[in-house]
Parts: sequence; structure tokens; C-alpha cells
Amino acid sequence: MSKRVVVDPVTRIEGHLRVEAILDDRNVIGDAISSGTMWRGIEVILEGRDPRDAWAFCERICGVCTTVHALASVRSVESALGITVPKNAEIIRNIMQLTQYVQDHVIHFYHLHALDWVDVVSALKADPAATAALAQKVSPSWPTSTPGYFSDVAGTLKKFVDSGQLGIFQNAYWGHPAYKLPPEANLMAVAHYLEALKWQKEIVKIHTVFGGKNPHPHYLVGGTASAINMQGDNAINMERLELVHGLIKDAQQIVEGLYIPDLMAIASFYPEWTTIGGGLGSYMVYGDIPQNGVNDPSKFKFPRGVILNKNLSEVLPIDPSDTNQIQEEVSHSWYKYPNGTKGLHPSEGITDVNYTGPKPPYAQLDENNGYSFVKAPRWKGHAVEVGPLARMLVGFASGHDEYKEVVTEALGRLKLTPAALFSTLGRTAARGLETRLAARWLLAEYDRLIANLKAGDSATADTKLWDPKTWPADCKGFGLEEAPRGALGHWIHIKDQKIANYQIVVPSTWNASPKDAQGQRGAYEAALLGTPMADPKRPVEILRTIHSFDPCLACATHVTSPEGETLAEVIVR
Amino acid sequence: MDPSDRTLTTYDVLRKHGVDRRSFLRFCTQSAAALGLSAAFVPKMVAAMETKPRIPVLWLHGLECTCCSESFIRSSHPIAQDIILNLISLDYDDTLQAAAGFQVEEIRRKIMKDYKGQYILAVEGNASTKDGGVYCTVGGDTFLNVLQETAKDCKAIVAWGSCASNGCVQAAKPNPTGAKPIRELITGKPIINVPGCPPIAEVMTGVLAYILTFDALPELDRQGRPKMFYGQRLHDKCYRRAFFDAGQFVEAWDDEGARKGWCLYKMGCRGPTTYNSCSTFKWNCGQGWPVNSGNPCIGCAEDNFWDNGPFYQRLSNVLVPGIDSTPDKIGETLLVASGVGVAAHLTVMATRKHFSKPEEPAQSENSGQKE
Repeated sequence: MSKRVVVDPVTRIEGHLRVEAILDDRNVIGDAISSGTMWRGIEVILEGRDPRDAWAFCERICGVCTTVHALASVRSVESALGITVPKNAEIIRNIMQLTQYVQDHVIHFYHLHALDWVDVVSALKADPAATAALAQKVSPSWPTSTPGYFSDVAGTLKKFVDSGQLGIFQNAYWGHPAYKLPPEANLMAVAHYLEALKWQKEIVKIHTVFGGKNPHPHYLVGGTASAINMQGDNAINMERLELVHGLIKDAQQIVEGLYIPDLMAIASFYPEWTTIGGGLGSYMVYGDIPQNGVNDPSKFKFPRGVILNKNLSEVLPIDPSDTNQIQEEVSHSWYKYPNGTKGLHPSEGITDVNYTGPKPPYAQLDENNGYSFVKAPRWKGHAVEVGPLARMLVGFASGHDEYKEVVTEALGRLKLTPAALFSTLGRTAARGLETRLAARWLLAEYDRLIANLKAGDSATADTKLWDPKTWPADCKGFGLEEAPRGALGHWIHIKDQKIANYQIVVPSTWNASPKDAQGQRGAYEAALLGTPMADPKRPVEILRTIHSFDPCLACATHVTSPEGETLAEVIVR
Repeated sequence: MDPSDRTLTTYDVLRKHGVDRRSFLRFCTQSAAALGLSAAFVPKMVAAMETKPRIPVLWLHGLECTCCSESFIRSSHPIAQDIILNLISLDYDDTLQAAAGFQVEEIRRKIMKDYKGQYILAVEGNASTKDGGVYCTVGGDTFLNVLQETAKDCKAIVAWGSCASNGCVQAAKPNPTGAKPIRELITGKPIINVPGCPPIAEVMTGVLAYILTFDALPELDRQGRPKMFYGQRLHDKCYRRAFFDAGQFVEAWDDEGARKGWCLYKMGCRGPTTYNSCSTFKWNCGQGWPVNSGNPCIGCAEDNFWDNGPFYQRLSNVLVPGIDSTPDKIGETLLVASGVGVAAHLTVMATRKHFSKPEEPAQSENSGQKE
């Protein structure tokens, strides 16, 4: 006899996601569907506009992963027009991107994921002295871990709970048998949740320096608008750079002294989660963090490649311009294609939204028909996972030393083999490990900027092709990126100086994807299979795995075209 | 906010019924004794009965990008922790809350019932109205329904950001989902519009802090925006205004003007037509704002700013509808062609300064004062 568990809204994500899981009589998940329940149609809204404005529209696809779409957008326009940005601009963009990684991943761990593993009510029973001893053992370098400090945090928490108004902690799953941390670990995690909340507002000042604000700093086709003048005080100068420098060093302390030790400590209490949530076992990385321009992937810090079926001995190449490699299907999505269920490459993409779901309010979706606003992207027909685990595996399998170093060290500390990586815990740990690398690279990029300035290069923008009069009448390009949640691509077609077509395939589109016409599930769906639930009414286990992907659904849902768009717009090769 | 509207404490109730403070304290002492508690518990009882419950906030998310939530937690004064633990009771917020699925909907209904007429409805994003609103559903229901249901018994609505206040990017032409701001969907409730994409963190927390500190809603302009944050144009408070007045402009990215931090008007800056606090207390704990990082303002707190592009060009049909203060009439009529407009505007400014008496400040339409 099967039970259906519906989780809607999935909370502690970005955007609107619904998960329906079908349990067998042992309460193990036998089937699952992931449904994106929102779309806005930003790509349609872009049509007819000035390509140099696109970054601002695209950036508003998501405010949690702010910057990512702006960067992909300017890259796509630069690709179409043939613009190469000055070295300083490349470095500044890398700094902004890596800043986003560190901030986004730390927030994700503490404020979006942690409550799946940490029981806040149990923290009330902790002994502050024992908590201090634990904290000092877990992270000897972290400066705040005295019994008095934990006693204060415990007092704050108690006062809050005693008020009777539990706010974001109410009606949750405290006491669920899946929570395994002792009270002291719970109190330590609550304290660090608050520390991380205080810190996250600081690191974003790096975005303020170069892009004016966070969220949604400004970007620029051709480079960056933040001009450098080391001999002036009204542009980027030593004071602005030292602010950035200090924030980078603080970020490294947060990652090495708070995030990673907590991640390792919490992970050590959940060894069974190295056998749950693995899912597809196939991974894709476009690669990023250029050192010599976006067209030289051999120098990317995140190397490019695909791993299929957990085979770490082979990293397959990707050609993003090959229209047969990346295609999006809609057989279980709320869109209609002129050619039925045949997939389309984004550079040829055109879609019509076609809601065929139940009329709201509804109790359940129909997994045999359309059930999501998310499309099903596939690489050479394969369903793949994107994101931190994909990047760590491709980097590791590609033989990059720093990847091997951090992965080997983590596995050693937790006494696990590489097989453990293919799991919810593996994915969660991968996010932390790539944050370690990102924090190191942040400093390396800063040093690169200084070196370039010392060499006499202070250019920040290439304006030769700024004026639309210099553009070809018809051109196409694409911008690829590794956003914190995974592989991101923007495809643009510029005609007569305006955007003729714009398509976006987002990391969460890959991961939150519904089934395709072959019945292959997307990453979330595959990862939920085989998960045992202790209590179908309290979906802690589902949340743990879904959150391990760090869903961003405002991103995931795809383009629509206005109804009645003619089929002549489709370019059939 | 009428004091009688606040959620009443036990002390309030007793006072309302004519019980004076001395009698109240005697009541606490006697109650403690009756409960078998020692005298040490009396002060605790007094405190409990005097403490105001924190005002419940139901923070809904519609069609949005979540940048308002992210901006909110960037606040440096007050910090997010203090707001969530001490100032308000954030009872519903699907970005941060521990519960998921039906437990979350249970919370929403419970607060609506237990605090009927008392809770604040904070809305981030907006609702799709096309095709029955299927383009945004929560818990299997349209966000439009959820919004209308939750608004019924709220005390007031705070429309966070440009999505909730004006429509923002999803409502830009051709608005495929029929997205509409809250003011076009809910009537009969006070709505505070806090526009911006997103709004500055301290503007958001400042609005809440004002309500809690003064027990009143802030004064709003004709667009429903708090005057305390949206009362003046960025241009009038901009630190690069002297360069504008002196005719020193950035003409191309990374040119001499850019390296000297000159005015960005010619690069399309929307400062002259945008009301916000970016040029006063700035972004991210006062660290900066787009203009001082070399980026022209795109006017993200103004209605229809997405359709007033292209961003890098000054256009003549920039609309300034229904605002309280008088726009800079001369500047606006001269926005026809950027070159001519700027030159004429500058000429007028220079003329005024030259002819005004030394003890008088230069008269200016762009002071933002009501006529």
C-alpha cells in the first residue's frame, strides 16, 4: 500500500517548489516528483531591448544568487559582439563571483540547511561548559568559545522560547528521531547560526565596492564601471582595495574557523547519510574562474567536464556550442513545443507556456502528465546533476592538486571512502570544500589584481564596441558560468542592435528537472528514491536531501514566449 | 496606531478595567502566594504580565527573486538577529522557517485567527493574475488566493520592494503573467510601499523600527512610500552634484572623468528622477552606492523603471507620475536630447547662482519642495 507525501511549500529555499513522494509500506520513497510552481517569463520580457541592459533584468532572476545572471548575461553579449574585457575586469568579476560563493554557501549551510540537522529545542538542555569544551575541540582557532559565551546564547534562546512566540522555529520537527546531535552540538550550532547571520552582511561590501550595492550589484558589458585610480580618492584606490583585502581575510577565517569545523562535526554524527540521497551519479560542469579569458577553459579554476555513472576515471569533454549536446525537453513540463517532445538547444529555443496541471487549489499533481514549470535539460540525452558536488568530483577526477588535497583530508577526518561522496552528506560536504577553495582563490585573485596594477595596467573597460553602431546586424553568442548552484548558460541572439531571442538554462533547471520523454528522472527526484522516512507527516529526510542541492526555483523556471508567436521564429537546422 | 489596538497584556487589561498599579502589584503578590511561589517570583510575574507580545508578522513570497529578504538580513542597525528575536515575531517566512509543507500553512491560519486584526502582512513579490493565477502557487493554491485570504484580517500591509510596490521586472512589458503590485490587488487595508530592487536594508528595518517605536505608521507620500526614506531625489543629495553643476561628466567608461569620479548623468544616471536614500545613508552599512562605484543609477525604486530604458540613455519620456514633490521642471523639459538638456540645465543653474543674493541660498526647482 503506498502513501503520498506532499511537501508544498518546500521552505528554506529560493522560490516555489513542491515535492510529492510516494512511499512503500515500509515508508521508503519509491517514486518522487519535483515541481517548480512559479514562472515569470523574464526572457520574453528581454525581447526587443538593448543588450547592454540585459544584465540588470537577468540579475533579477534571483536575489539569493545575486550577480550570477548578470555575469552570464554580460558574457553572452560580449561573446556575441566579440568583446574581450580587460584583465582587471576579469579579475574584479572573479572577485565578485567568488565573494558570492563564500557568502551564499555559508548562508546556505547555517540559515537554509542547518535546521534539518540541528535541533534547536534540544539546545536548551545543553551545558554551557561542555559546549565550550566541544567548540574548542572542534575549532581551536575560533576566538569565541567560552562557557560564558555559550551561556549567553543559551539565555537568549531560552528567553525567546519562554516568550511563547516561537517565530521561525514554530510547528517544526524538533524531537524527530532523525535528529542525532547531542544538546551541546545543537547549542554550538545555534550560536554559530547567529554568528554567521552577523557576518554575512559584511562580506558583501566587496560587491558594494565594485558594483555599488548588494543585493544586485551593477555589471557592465565590456568590463566594469568601477574605474581604478590609485592616485585619486573618487575611484577604486588603496583604501577601497584594503577594505576588500580585509573582508577577504575575514571570510577565510569564517570558512576555516567556523563553517568547515561545524560541517565536519555535524557530518560525523550522520554517517548513515553517506548512503542516502546519491541520485543520478552523473555530473556536469561548464567550468569557470578564468585566468586567461572565458575562451580558455584549460586555465579555469573550476575545470570543465562531465562524469557519467560515478566513473571518476573518465572526465568527458563538453562543447557548449554543439546543439546536440545540451537540449531541453518538455514532455512533463507545462510548455508545448512545435515538434512535440523533441528536445531543443537553447540557441534554437522557443517555447509556449501551457499549464496543464490541476486547477488550484489542488491536492496532488499527476506525475504521468505535465507537472512542473521547470523544463528537462539533458546532456547528450543524459540527466545530470550540477553544483558543488559536480565541481568537486570533476576537479578531483581531473587531477587538480587542491581538489585532491581538500577531499582527501575531509574523507580522512570522517573516515570515509570516496563512495561516500555520492550522497546527501557528500553533496553537503562538497559545498563546504569548494567554499574552502573559493576563499583561497579570493585572496589569489586579489593578489593578481595588485600584480596587474603594479605592472602598470589600470584599464577596467573596453569601449571599442560600446556604441551599437559598431555592431554587426545579426549575431549570436553565449555566456557560460559556474554559479554557486551549478552550471549556468545564457544564449543571446542580437538583431538590429536589439535582443531578438534570449534563452537561459539554469543550474536548478538541471537539478529540479522533471522526467523526460524516456522517463529519466531529474536530480532531485532521483536523489529521493530509497530514502526511508521515520514519520511521513514530518518530512525531515526529504528536506535534508532537497536542501543538499540548494534549490533556487526563481532561477529554474524557464522562458515563455507570448502566445501566438509564429513558428517561423524557430531556427531548424 | 491606537493604543487600544495593540495586543493587550494582562496589565493593560487590568488597567483598562480601572485597576491601579498598586492594586496590580498586590494582585501579583497574592497570585504568587496562591500558586505556592515564593516572594522571589513576584517580580517575574510582574514582568511577564507587563511584557508586550511581539507583533506577529506574516511574510509572504509571491513572484519574486528574494532580494528583499536578502537585503533585510544585511541590516546593520538593527541587525537581523535582534529583529527576529526581540522586535517582531516572524511567524511565517518560507525563506527562513524550520517547518515545511502543511505545518507552514497551519501556522499561517493560526496566526490569522489568534491575532485577528493585529498581525502585519509583509509581502515580497507579487501575484500573477493571468489564467487564474496558476503561474505562482503555494501549497497547491494560487498565490493570489493566499494573498487575499491573508490580507483579510491583517492590521496593515508592508509591500516590500519594487515587486510588491510597483510590479518590477515580471510586470515589465509584456508582463506575461499579468503580475500586479499589492495596491492593485488589495483594498481596504493600509499599505506601506517600500520600493527598490531591493530596498536598502536599513530602509526596510527602519520602517519596522519606526512602527514599533512610535506605535504609528510612518507618513506616506501619494505613492504610499514613507516620506522619511523616499522624500528627496538622489540627484539633490548626490555627492557628485558639484561635478554636474560644474559640467564635468563621465563621457565613456574608464575615461578621465570616470577615474576622477565625475557626474554620471551622461551615462544615463536616473538620479534626477529617483527618490530613495541611496545617496544619503547608502548601501551595506553605508559603504557605498552604485554612483560612487562608478555605476549610473537605474532608478530601481521608481515605478516602471524597467520600461524607462535603455539605462544608458537619457530619454524624454521618463514619467514622473503622482509624486509629492515638484520635479525639477527645467531639468525635465530639457531631457529631450541629453546634450542640449544638460547644457541648458547647467546654464540655468549657473545663472541662478550668479544672480542670487549672497545671503540667499540658490533657489532651485530641484530642491524637491512641495509648491
